[in-house]
Amino acid sequence: MISLHYPILNVVVPLIAAPLMVLARHGGFAWLLATVVSGSSLAVSVALFAEVADGSVISYAIGSWAPPWGIEYRIDSVNGFLLVLVSLIASVVAVYSRESVAAEVAPEQHYLFYTMYVLCLAGLLGIAATGDGFNLFVFLEISSLSSYVLIALGRDRRALMASYQYLIMGTIGATFIVIGVGLLFLMTGTLNLADMAARLPGISETRPILAALAFLTVGICLKLALFPLHLWLPNAYAYAPSAVTAFLAATATKVSLYVLLRFYYSVFGESVIFAALPMGAILLALSLAAVFIASTVAIFQHDVKRLFAYSSVAQIGYITLGVSFDSLTGLTAAIVHLFNHALTKGALFMLLGGVALRLGAVRFQDIGGIARVMPLTSFGIVLAGLSLIGVPGTVGFVSKWYLVLAALEAGAWWLAVLIVLGSLLAVIYVWRFVEAAYFREPSAAVARLREPPLSMLATSWLMVAACVYFGLDTSLTIGGAAQAAAGLLGGGR
Amino acid sequence: MNVAGHFSYWVTILIAISGLYILIARGNLVKKLVGLAIFQTSVYLLYIAPGKLIGGTAPIVADRFAVYSNPLPHVLILTAIVVGVATLALGLALVVRIKEAYGSIEEDEILEQDRPPFDSSANNNVSN
Amino acid sequence: MRNYLVLRVVAKLMIAFMILFALYVQFHGDFGPGGGFQAGVIAAAAIVFYAIIFGLPAAREVVPDWLVESMVAAGVLLYAGVGFAGLLLGGNFLDYFVLAGDPVDGQHRGIFWIEVGVLITVAGVMLKIFYMFAGREDGDRG
Repeated sequence: MISLHYPILNVVVPLIAAPLMVLARHGGFAWLLATVVSGSSLAVSVALFAEVADGSVISYAIGSWAPPWGIEYRIDSVNGFLLVLVSLIASVVAVYSRESVAAEVAPEQHYLFYTMYVLCLAGLLGIAATGDGFNLFVFLEISSLSSYVLIALGRDRRALMASYQYLIMGTIGATFIVIGVGLLFLMTGTLNLADMAARLPGISETRPILAALAFLTVGICLKLALFPLHLWLPNAYAYAPSAVTAFLAATATKVSLYVLLRFYYSVFGESVIFAALPMGAILLALSLAAVFIASTVAIFQHDVKRLFAYSSVAQIGYITLGVSFDSLTGLTAAIVHLFNHALTKGALFMLLGGVALRLGAVRFQDIGGIARVMPLTSFGIVLAGLSLIGVPGTVGFVSKWYLVLAALEAGAWWLAVLIVLGSLLAVIYVWRFVEAAYFREPSAAVARLREPPLSMLATSWLMVAACVYFGLDTSLTIGGAAQAAAGLLGGGR
Repeated sequence: MNVAGHFSYWVTILIAISGLYILIARGNLVKKLVGLAIFQTSVYLLYIAPGKLIGGTAPIVADRFAVYSNPLPHVLILTAIVVGVATLALGLALVVRIKEAYGSIEEDEILEQDRPPFDSSANNNVSN
Repeated sequence: MRNYLVLRVVAKLMIAFMILFALYVQFHGDFGPGGGFQAGVIAAAAIVFYAIIFGLPAAREVVPDWLVESMVAAGVLLYAGVGFAGLLLGGNFLDYFVLAGDPVDGQHRGIFWIEVGVLITVAGVMLKIFYMFAGREDGDRG
């Protein structure tokens, strides 16, 4: 039964698509294969999530070596949710990327672009699906290395420097993670995450374990772009090709957050992280710093993509804020905001990619009056911006609502006030776009433009529609997130 | 402080800190990559050194041998070395492209070239 | 450097032994230090040595660009193929136990073919990296 092998097929099918594309050396074929592979990953991920949504766990032993001796792929409600999200974004961006990549990347490099795209997808899906600590590091590096290449393919020469800085910081992060996994391996004797969890209770206060926790936290926060380790993100997102920004903004940091949750809740356990250590307070402080500082910096940017990249840093602060509460509501808020932010930023960067395709650049001085010639695109950006602010009727409101609920539950009404204040900052930077697009006279260059090609516009609006739909009908997202949060906390440690 | 017994860990820390220091303190892009490679090397030592047991042999089942050194870290580190090589190759390829695009591989010179000239036109982005 | 007689003669002797050594390391990876990655690097080093002594165009004639790129892809596909073979024969992915009648024989076979895949890919990648870096002239763009 092929469905028994879904956990591994999800990861391996994109992985073998990559060498096939290299052999074929044809850009059109590569795009087609990338889209087909992303779609099949989506189908498999949905099937897997349907199976685990009730709380059961799928365990797949690679090579038929029983865990903990062999590498185990372990799908439960948390990674099922994440697998669906990543493959959904990958499928939509794959369709979107045809026109976008044709405009931004040299034709002889198209097949290489799609090779890196499916490798990145395989890496992200592997991180989500695996239950082995070192396997996690390997897939983390697969996804990271392919993202460095994808970012470096940007038109602007600053993309090269952005990719280099991301390479340095990302490799430091991954090396810290492998040091953490190594220390855990030394102390527990196993690499299997579930087995580590079983062996940790007696030794969780020893220095190597605490050192492992420290290394893992710093390494994961580097990949997560939590303030103050976010310095690679604005440049990487601003100068990468538009399809790459849309894909990475919606998936890479979310998967890193999943890794954090997996280590904190499933390996170390709540009792160690939040009860014995002040991680909750540390995450709270860093999250609030991220929200306010990044939002403020966003307000002063000249480049629209860079502005929304800083906005991403702020939104990641909201997600970790939800984690810091260490309650069911807080964790649900974090996971649902993970999904919602992926939809919102995916939509936003795709629409901005459409503008970049027509205009060439997306600086505020260039996009004046763009709403007159590209009304659908501009309105889509406004809707996505409303979702960033958290206006009722969009997905952003759902996450902010749950965050405020979690804050009130914890008795910290001042925190709820701060969350609302952060949203006000978002109003300011979204208003900058509205003012530039709607209230300025279009220049001669702008007046000649028309909407982006249909494939790009349709896929971007699919994401925007999803933002609004999931903001009105929250059963799927909240249901999935609550299941995931219960699954994490229900480890009961 | 047990120095002799933990000798390999002291060397690991020394190499790791040296690598990180080179990474941070040097502005030349290639030197940064050297620092990164040194930092990654310390991880290899961290994994392999504890795997060797005194009196342990290779994991071959035979009557004479009772104590085996752990072969698993070697496999893990082989993977990590390959990852390190790939990262280094990618980093160097990026440095070659940066050199062609900017004419320099010193970080401050490159950032200087990209700094937007400070003039009043930059203030036109704020409304009205 | 091809004008230096000593270098040329010694290189011609050594390259054959280097490739032989690469194969030795490849096949003894089960029982001693070695395996696909190390063998691939040594094999690539033999070709790089040839390129240093006789010039890059000569090396490009022996191992052309299309061959190198295909090696990179073919090795990965071989590795994945072994994985799928395990799948099709009834086990899980990368299951070596089912690859032959006797599970131990199956392990031997699986490891052998996996390592060949790794050898091909690593040799291809190392050569590709060398070709790309050595083949750039001053003023090359893109």
